[in-house]
Amino acid sequence: MTARERRSRRHGLLLLAPALTMLGLLTAYPGLYVLWLSLQHRVPVFGITEFIGFGHYVFLGQDPRFWSAARTTGLFTVVSVLVEVVLGVLLALALRAQRRGRGLGFSLLLLAWAMPAVVTAKLFEWLYHPSAGLINVLLAHRTLNWLGDPGLALPAVIMADVWRTMPFVVILAHARLLTIPTEIYEAAQVDGAGRLATLRHITLPLLSQIVLIAALFRTLDALRAFDIMYVLTGGGPANTTETLTIYAYRSLFQMLQLGFGSAIGVIVFGLVMAVAWMYLRLLWREGLAA
Amino acid sequence: MKHRARGVLDILVLLGLAGYAVPFFWQLLTSFKPEAELLRLPPLLPTQLTLDHYRVVFERSLVPRALVNSVGIATLTTLLALVLGIPASYAIARLPVPGKSILLLAIVGSTAFPQIATVSPLYLILRELGLRDTWTALVLAHTSFALPLTIWLLAGFIRELPPVLEEAAQVDGASPARMFTSIILPLLAPGLASTTLLTFLFSWNEFLFAYTFTATEASRTVPVALALFPGVYEVPWGDIAAASMLVSLPPVLIVLGLQRHFIRGLLAGAIRDSWESD
Repeated sequence: MTARERRSRRHGLLLLAPALTMLGLLTAYPGLYVLWLSLQHRVPVFGITEFIGFGHYVFLGQDPRFWSAARTTGLFTVVSVLVEVVLGVLLALALRAQRRGRGLGFSLLLLAWAMPAVVTAKLFEWLYHPSAGLINVLLAHRTLNWLGDPGLALPAVIMADVWRTMPFVVILAHARLLTIPTEIYEAAQVDGAGRLATLRHITLPLLSQIVLIAALFRTLDALRAFDIMYVLTGGGPANTTETLTIYAYRSLFQMLQLGFGSAIGVIVFGLVMAVAWMYLRLLWREGLAA
Repeated sequence: MKHRARGVLDILVLLGLAGYAVPFFWQLLTSFKPEAELLRLPPLLPTQLTLDHYRVVFERSLVPRALVNSVGIATLTTLLALVLGIPASYAIARLPVPGKSILLLAIVGSTAFPQIATVSPLYLILRELGLRDTWTALVLAHTSFALPLTIWLLAGFIRELPPVLEEAAQVDGASPARMFTSIILPLLAPGLASTTLLTFLFSWNEFLFAYTFTATEASRTVPVALALFPGVYEVPWGDIAAASMLVSLPPVLIVLGLQRHFIRGLLAGAIRDSWESD
């Protein structure tokens, strides 16, 4: 190694040091601390701190409320990501064909994406109002109690979440569409390929990579989602919209069980990291990330 | 003929998208509706428009104070992330740091950390430091996601710049610091702009940390003020609508005003790092 290489290596480490120290304190340390917390029975209001090993995890294994929250999280994630990806790709295709007003179209979409999730929740709370909500009025004056009916609350929350996050999928898919060279389509036309054949054999395969990436990001986000259900339903009615994040939050800051709540948080952590790893591997195997 | 069909389709798609944005416009309309007409539907349109709800929000709610908190916290978070993130991203993009790819993977991975897992340790740490209900607490908590995002995005933008210029400056004997400020920084401006706006936006919109680490109007941000918007006897839908509009104004202006930059910035990290081959 030459003196110059050594010097730029030293420079590199010096430039990285402050950021890495900060990240160590703000992410790595809490990431490890939460594992330790989850092994404790910890109730600060009573000054209780007691090591109990895997006690919380054993309890969660047979806690019906935990399994119900896990089911809700799974349902929420699968349905909202699926709907977003399908609608998002369709919209990206429509926008690509757009000759005029594409900028305006994106503005209308990005409006939904830009707002804080808390605002989305307030918007939809008003739209779902049983008697004065726009949705019921448009449905021929029904009086559906969207957020109060255990059968409707989760679909209502999913609809609000899809509205907010679908534009992200459209933007990614549309950007990918723009990079497909027009020659490919001209060649397909010369070969006599119809519209559907072109879509199926050219466009969709070329999109699959970015759609996977978008689905990855959206799945991670959906598993972590908190704001939208916390503000819209608070986990109710009858816990039908209580996801793992809501259960964790209620345990942490309403029941003040810091150890128990942390254990649920650790499980969400594990789920998110497992999904991140799975998708990256999938992308890798397809030769997309290497 | 074909052109006309295309034109009709263009209009249909735009109409569809306008329909998509209805929840927003409905809230906007609600914020100007007289109280008496709020719960009466139809008619869809109000007989007159009023500023009453905005007056209530400005004169009798915590939203104005929360707006100040949010501007301060989002600005400081963005600054801190830039000050720490610019040198770090340069090192990752250009210098031969050992274990660089693992490091970048860890940084990208930490953007996926669920807040619900780190909220309890951060709560205890901040309480230990006596920082509960302060701007500092939220700036630090928001930096935990703003910093990795900044490093990731900026490293991508720097890698995109041609290294020839830096090599030439080195031959001319420019110091590394001078080379960075006079050559890289100007070229990096667009990337820097989108990174800045994204971190500002994420800090502005963040709810879970802001809700947990604050207790009073001393540090409550706008999403928290909106979530806790008080109603005495019944829900003040009009006031909530007005507050929603005020809270969304900065992010909506940021995103729409700089749409082009912004989409590129959003894509920069997401696409490049996953399908480029280095």
